[in-house]
Amino acid sequence: MRARVLIRPKAGILDPQGVAVERALPALGFAGAANVHVGRLVELDVEDPSELQPMCEKLLANPLVEDYEIQLLDAGP
Amino acid sequence: MKFAVLQFPGSCDELDALHAARRVGDSELIWHRERDLRGADAVIVPGGFSYGDYLRAGAIARFSPAMESVIAFANDGGLVLGICNGFQVLCEAHLLPGALLPNANLRFTFRQVALDVVGPPGAFTGACVPGERLSIPAKHAWGRYYAPEETLDAIEDSGQVLLRYAPGENFNGSLRDIAGVRNEAGNVFGLMPHPEHAVDELTGGSSDGLRIFESMRMTLEGVGA
Repeated sequence: MRARVLIRPKAGILDPQGVAVERALPALGFAGAANVHVGRLVELDVEDPSELQPMCEKLLANPLVEDYEIQLLDAGP
Repeated sequence: MKFAVLQFPGSCDELDALHAARRVGDSELIWHRERDLRGADAVIVPGGFSYGDYLRAGAIARFSPAMESVIAFANDGGLVLGICNGFQVLCEAHLLPGALLPNANLRFTFRQVALDVVGPPGAFTGACVPGERLSIPAKHAWGRYYAPEETLDAIEDSGQVLLRYAPGENFNGSLRDIAGVRNEAGNVFGLMPHPEHAVDELTGGSSDGLRIFESMRMTLEGVGA
């Protein structure tokens, strides 16, 4: 099973990467972007999708400062 | 009295830690694949970029064989000091509360910082005078201390904040100016600045960093505290 894990900084925690990108966009003429946040994307093949949540809790994300979202994709290649 | 200094792929401050610990006792390096802490009385998790800081700083080092032994050692009451990346590793290992996040200004910064010693003398600050100001270097891009508000209140109430950036010195955006925290039991301590780089005035800007190692020696020898 192919899976995708989206990891984001938790709401309310200063996200300086998001702020930097948000400030850079108007400089390129993109005036309408706001609330920019930068996170991580992990894609992987897993035999047992029920292991994804413990993987996220133990390693892929730091639940103290990050939220994660698991997406199951089509069968692996 | 012997210090074990861990060494991960990507560590870069382990030799200075070894050198600093030798000012107060014996010390030797422990490679990350080793499980045997060789009878050490205290462990130092040094600075650097363990495992390339892949995923998050400290996230992968936490699961190394040597760290498994360090976690057991800490849970048995052994003294563990984490410096910079070592602090990040100890937070990831849940031996210390909170997490370290990218500096608020996103810059890698290397500078001498003034730190205020907070609270009563403990295992890591017994050689300091309460309220004393230490001058030691800091160098990191990922040192913004964060914990939820209720955790911050709890660790302040229980005296777990041992070092704070002096007014105007908090260059990384750490919440409540926290530069170093200990665990509830008082035997595990992490800080972002580098006491091991400040053991000689010629190269460290001061020798204030020695106070931390001297405090650990006093604790291990049962002096003071």
